[in-house]
Amino acid sequence: MKRNEETSWEGYDPAAGKTGQSNIIITRVEDLLNWARLSSLWPMGFGLACCAIEMMASNASHYDLDRMGVFPRPSPRQSDVMIVAGTVTFKMADRIKRLYEQMPEPRYVISMGSCSNCGGPYWEHGYHVVKGVDRIIPVDVYVPGCPPRPEALIGGILKLQEKIRGEKYFQSEKPQEIPSKVHGSSKNS
Amino acid sequence: MEVAKIVELISDKFPTAILEQEMEVKQPFIVLEVGLLPEIAEFCLKDERLYFDFLHCISGVDLGEAKGQLEVVYHLSSLIHEHQLVCKVRTDRAVPEPIPSVSAVWKSANWHEREAYDLLGIPFADHPDLRRILLPDDWEGNPLRKDYVEAEEYRDIKIKY
Repeated sequence: MKRNEETSWEGYDPAAGKTGQSNIIITRVEDLLNWARLSSLWPMGFGLACCAIEMMASNASHYDLDRMGVFPRPSPRQSDVMIVAGTVTFKMADRIKRLYEQMPEPRYVISMGSCSNCGGPYWEHGYHVVKGVDRIIPVDVYVPGCPPRPEALIGGILKLQEKIRGEKYFQSEKPQEIPSKVHGSSKNS
Repeated sequence: MEVAKIVELISDKFPTAILEQEMEVKQPFIVLEVGLLPEIAEFCLKDERLYFDFLHCISGVDLGEAKGQLEVVYHLSSLIHEHQLVCKVRTDRAVPEPIPSVSAVWKSANWHEREAYDLLGIPFADHPDLRRILLPDDWEGNPLRKDYVEAEEYRDIKIKY
């Protein structure tokens, strides 16, 4: 069917049946919104250590995360997902939590690498390391590795996309609760 | 210049300065009198024959409870003369006597002394800005002390694995 300014709807013949050229696609709103969201996950690159090198490699031309709509943003306000790439120290914990809170919902967190999963090599003697970023903010996908190769990070992003694809948009539960209490004020909130 | 000659120059200028010396190791070192440190540092930098214009590093060491001392190690180097010297000073571990800062002589000492202060609790006298450099300001304790015990939590985050 052709349609332009002068001849709108001209030539449209309902009787012609399904031609595959229709302008109308029928879908569920949920599927459409989920598809839109998972197809342009903008991460806030939280490069903290060597994992950040692999994250940068994933974004660079060879692995080209942009082909999946993943495009790093420098601001939490423009981000959908936070990739925590590296060792989370107690000094950084405050900042991570604050930046997470500044991200608009819906927001997701990918914990990249052993350090941010569970403390990694610092698990026993790392007096300064938070043993897992999930003690501060909720994590959706854990990517193992030390550091994970770009393939692994891409795998994590695909996992997150699968998670978003299955989301029930209109049966939203109560708002996300942030488990830990970095700030004294948010203790009972 | 040979290390022995350097040590001789220093001991000529400051007869009471050198408490101890070890010349038979890979990095020969001298242990200095704490009170004379700023003058010796000034001399090491300004004297034409020595001209130690580069302070590589200041390292803090906890010698343990048995010895009851903290040690500060200065690695000096002269880029012009191409010679090196290692100086050490020691202070009491339980109640550390402040060590005079050399940050007025070598600017790089500023952050190194803050690090030793941060991780080992070694106080430095006349330092322009002596506060923690790596750990958060409200951290308790000095983690590189031999008898450091990890706290249970920091700002409500559990520390232990």
